[in-house]
Amino acid sequence: MDTASPPPQGNDYTQRAALGAVAYREAQESAEFADLRHAHRSFAFPLTIAFVTWYLLYVLLSIYAGGFMGTKLVGNINVAFVLGVAQFVSTFLIAWWYSRHAESKLDPKADAIKARLEGQA
Amino acid sequence: MRTLSLDTATVLAAGDAGEHRVLIISLFVAFVLATLGITIWAGRQTKDATDFYAGGRSFTGFQNGLAISGDYMSAASFLGIAGAIALFGYDGFLYSIGFLVAWLIALLLVAEPLRNSGRFTMGDVLAFRMRQRPVRTAAGVSTIVVSIFYLLAQMAGAGALVALLLGITSEAGKISIVILVGIMMILYVAIGGMKGTTWVQMIKAVLLIAGTLLITALVMFKFNWNISSLLGAAAENSGKGAAFLEPGLKYGVSSMTKIDFISLGLALVLGTAGLPHILIRFYTVPTAKVARKSVNWAIGIIGGFYLMTIALGFGAAALLKQETIIESNAAGNTAAPLLAQEVGGGAGSAGGAILLAVISAVAFATILAVVAGLTLASSSSFAHDLYVNVIRKGNASEKEEVRAARLSTIGIGGAAIFLGVFARDLNVAFLVALAFAVAASANLPTILYSLFWKRFTTQGALWSIYGGLASSVLLVLFSPVVSGAPSAMFPDVDFHWFPLANPGLVSIPLGFLLGWIGTLVSKEQPNIDKYAELEVRSLTGTHAH
Repeated sequence: MDTASPPPQGNDYTQRAALGAVAYREAQESAEFADLRHAHRSFAFPLTIAFVTWYLLYVLLSIYAGGFMGTKLVGNINVAFVLGVAQFVSTFLIAWWYSRHAESKLDPKADAIKARLEGQA
Repeated sequence: MRTLSLDTATVLAAGDAGEHRVLIISLFVAFVLATLGITIWAGRQTKDATDFYAGGRSFTGFQNGLAISGDYMSAASFLGIAGAIALFGYDGFLYSIGFLVAWLIALLLVAEPLRNSGRFTMGDVLAFRMRQRPVRTAAGVSTIVVSIFYLLAQMAGAGALVALLLGITSEAGKISIVILVGIMMILYVAIGGMKGTTWVQMIKAVLLIAGTLLITALVMFKFNWNISSLLGAAAENSGKGAAFLEPGLKYGVSSMTKIDFISLGLALVLGTAGLPHILIRFYTVPTAKVARKSVNWAIGIIGGFYLMTIALGFGAAALLKQETIIESNAAGNTAAPLLAQEVGGGAGSAGGAILLAVISAVAFATILAVVAGLTLASSSSFAHDLYVNVIRKGNASEKEEVRAARLSTIGIGGAAIFLGVFARDLNVAFLVALAFAVAASANLPTILYSLFWKRFTTQGALWSIYGGLASSVLLVLFSPVVSGAPSAMFPDVDFHWFPLANPGLVSIPLGFLLGWIGTLVSKEQPNIDKYAELEVRSLTGTHAH
């Protein structure tokens, strides 16, 4: 990665632009970048709100709905236990779902913009 | 949150540990020698700043996933959660879930943009589009405060915990253990840098998973792999019946403990993606795609581990007497080692002794790997954010920077040893929850606004960092965990007025609010050119390091 970078001026890379400000502004305002930004935000933002809400709902049920949570379903397994395990399952599924989305919808767009900009530099 | 407090430093199962001390110590020594060998090897490979801070960015997704797990799963989560389930049943399990769900925020919003736009520290991303010196300073202060709080809780806990596992009761013995742990972490980090630390964390993760798998399998075998009968036996043997499997035994005691748990849950789920020692791990892989893979591995490993703690905790409740667990350690921290002894054949048997020693050694490895990660995060930030970019204004050679990082490792490690010795008899377990609260109140709002909000300004960043940091610390200072309660850090005085042990419910919204207001009222315009660069680079990986 470092080999792709231009030679350092001063020690800290973050203080200088690899491309001029104009190039980044143009890239940011381009339609393909808007497309990438939308593909990320429209997926990640609502999903984040959803899983945080789902977690808080589970916490609130555990704290304030003990009777419901204690309902036995099968043998000694109750609603509380099932919902707790469901938090694990939903976490694994969301991680898998996001990664699939990123690989098919985000990576190709990001790679194309990156290739264009780095070719420009 | 008193997971690492050790009220009764009674010896494990009445002198049993004493007899098998030789075995436990041999395993400790083997771990220490093996990791020191790797550290020296890693030190020889560490030549420039990228090697020292980011392990040369050469780790694979699986390796980094293992190391993230090793960095994250502390002795508090290994022994503390198993102990909490063993004593409080379902509420211990409830506590573990926030630690896992939190990783989704890191995955969806933080890991990839951070890897794409930063270089070595959290401060790299926070200061990217802002005025460098004030924001770097704030990021450095927050990083060091979070890491030191977390580190102190681990150090103080380590002394008591290792003493307990080895059956040491003398003050001199406990002090020596804190000093030994401190010297080990300084050696790992100062010599091996990120490479050495990563390998220590990977080895620890493998040991922890292997040890937990073994005990889980032995427990489940005893119950014919039937979860329902394990839960039934735990409920019956705990003496609490069905209530043991329902929420409420720990967090449902009063309306205040209920709100306190909501506050804690919020800090856990939002704090992880703001913990500097976790964030710097994303820089150790070559690209953002590999960073994503490593978070996925971490979610799998950490999730699997917490699922196994269900078997450990309920297994301990089912197979051990509650009095035995409490007698050994009132907070339940020795439930897992005691369970290992039980499923190995019981006290006095060779199998029991071997498993007890193995689990004790795993706990020791866990402590060392976590304190090394914390020391690295704080010394990296001190050297890279504060020394190089604020004091030297970015004009230091790479050689000087690496030397500064090594020296600050010794300085910060030394300070942690000193404070750890001083704090060893105080109840400082609350510092872990406080670290999560600061990370969620000061770091996360600033990271998210920086990456995703065009208008965000330097003043907004400073308000959210300092506001989130100060409100969390002040609220805890005036809470019942510091004074005014029998279990407080200073039980004999009372200056508390804030009713909750966890400040997150107030400080997290405040941190977000202050970042927003600070931006709205700031006179300066946001730097739109730098934001264009940050946004494009963070989403595409253009010119990533």
